[in-house]
Amino acid sequence: MKILVCISHVPDTTSKINFSDNNTKFDTNGVQFVINPNDEFGLTRAMWFKEKQGASVTVVNVGGAETEPTLRKALAIGADEAIRVNTPATDGFSVAKQLANVISNGGYDLIIAGRESIDYNGGMVPGMVAALTNANFVNNCIGLEVDGNSAKATREIDGGKETVSTSLPLVIGGQKGLVEESDLRIPNMRGIMMARKKPLNVVEPVDASAETSSVSFEKPAPKGAVTLVSPDNIDELVSLLHNEAKVI
Amino acid sequence: MSVLVYTESEQGAFKKAAFEVASYAKAVANQLGTTVTAVAINVNDVSALGNYGVDKVLNISNSQLDNFNANAYASAIKQAAENESAQVVVVSSTADSKYLAPILAVGLNAGYASNVVEAPSNTSPFTVKRTAFTNKAFETTQINTNVKVIGVSNNAFGLVEQSGSASAEDFSPSIPELGVTVESVDKATDKVSIADAEIVVSAGRGLKGPENWGMIEELADVLGAATACSKPVSDLGWRPHGEHVGQTGKPVASNLYIAIGISGAIQHLAGINASKVKVVINTDPEAPFFKAADYGVVGDAFQVVPELIEKLKAFKAQQ
Repeated sequence: MKILVCISHVPDTTSKINFSDNNTKFDTNGVQFVINPNDEFGLTRAMWFKEKQGASVTVVNVGGAETEPTLRKALAIGADEAIRVNTPATDGFSVAKQLANVISNGGYDLIIAGRESIDYNGGMVPGMVAALTNANFVNNCIGLEVDGNSAKATREIDGGKETVSTSLPLVIGGQKGLVEESDLRIPNMRGIMMARKKPLNVVEPVDASAETSSVSFEKPAPKGAVTLVSPDNIDELVSLLHNEAKVI
Repeated sequence: MSVLVYTESEQGAFKKAAFEVASYAKAVANQLGTTVTAVAINVNDVSALGNYGVDKVLNISNSQLDNFNANAYASAIKQAAENESAQVVVVSSTADSKYLAPILAVGLNAGYASNVVEAPSNTSPFTVKRTAFTNKAFETTQINTNVKVIGVSNNAFGLVEQSGSASAEDFSPSIPELGVTVESVDKATDKVSIADAEIVVSAGRGLKGPENWGMIEELADVLGAATACSKPVSDLGWRPHGEHVGQTGKPVASNLYIAIGISGAIQHLAGINASKVKVVINTDPEAPFFKAADYGVVGDAFQVVPELIEKLKAFKAQQ
């Protein structure tokens, strides 16, 4: 089985978010970048397939050279090779078109992406990739088994979960549950050394226009001070929620 | 030319999100000087949509669509959009709508903006405001394509009632190969889901152990709320993953969010930031959550929560 894991290069979850250039650009100053958490669950599941069932694992990112450390980290975790499509990730649709091109050239059976990136939260790349490549698609995937050409997946739905059967080629939008948090791997020294020698192929983009463009950013208005209620006066809290906040 | 809206349903009845996206579609239609057409799939009575500005309903009845299937639903909506020559297609942010929207966008060769929180600030160029960086910021996005798909954030635009009535027409789209077949559904029918909930009661490690969740569930019951938890609690296996809210869990956009024994890590606060009113109960007055909350109680959850349940019961009895 040939697995492609799509890796988004995102600010660490603890990052403070700021903008520069008159609020038109994300300010990367002092920001630590990581593998998008939803993608990392998928990468770890891909490693499981590689080790238990036999599979090759390629990781791919659409972005500039600054994303290569993130791809190297994925190689250190155990992916066999990496591809970087050499173009900035401008919007979800154009990224999906670049990935679809990588997939049609590489002939992958299983494409694992995160259900959304934690930076732009578009939540569109996996579904668009599936639609562009005519592959089956399971979103919010929290469990995946592959047997030959058929697959069984569990997806989270509002208020529960659903088990589905499908077949390869398959795209999944993965998230926590694909593997547990405790299954995530921290690259060891040997992995880091080996990752330096693994291929990281830079490919040039296909012509794909961005269908949406970012105009500007703003941060939410600062919150007013909290109204403290004494633990001996819970009646007041109920009254505030009813009369002032009007939420009960 | 009308604005098309997909009004989602469950067991033959519209979800609340359906009325919210209909309200949103009406606002867009007013800006464009056109009408609203809704697509409804296997809904028994579509007349309620008239109260939210829908002029016409394309009513699809097809047993192949009894179970949600993203490909089939996206295809049906695409055919409806083409039928109406719609330039704007509006969907919600439920799990199912977020699943089908990217497929729909590819089918219509449309730019797609998700998590949109306001009516367009401009329709030429078409510009919307959406959340980004998991609610740590808003992004103003321009959609450059002729046809646009807009995913409206849950509970962001609200319901806008109109006096009107919707005409209904049967619509029979062709159904593509499903590709994915539902084998089983495991859904607690007696509980409110986090996505649908107006009120969410959430608890963290401050509760000390899974055996102490009885009072959280009781509080949720009294309020008709959904229960949720922090990441450490789900990682420890005290509560199911489906309850984890925050940056890598579920987003919450409820009217009221009550956090009990949750300190308020930046990732947690990001995930629940879209909630309108936040209440925090924590023993530690320095907990970061107090800076993000509207109302706070510095106190022991094991004392405050039972008291709150009692007071709420008395309050509900008076209502």
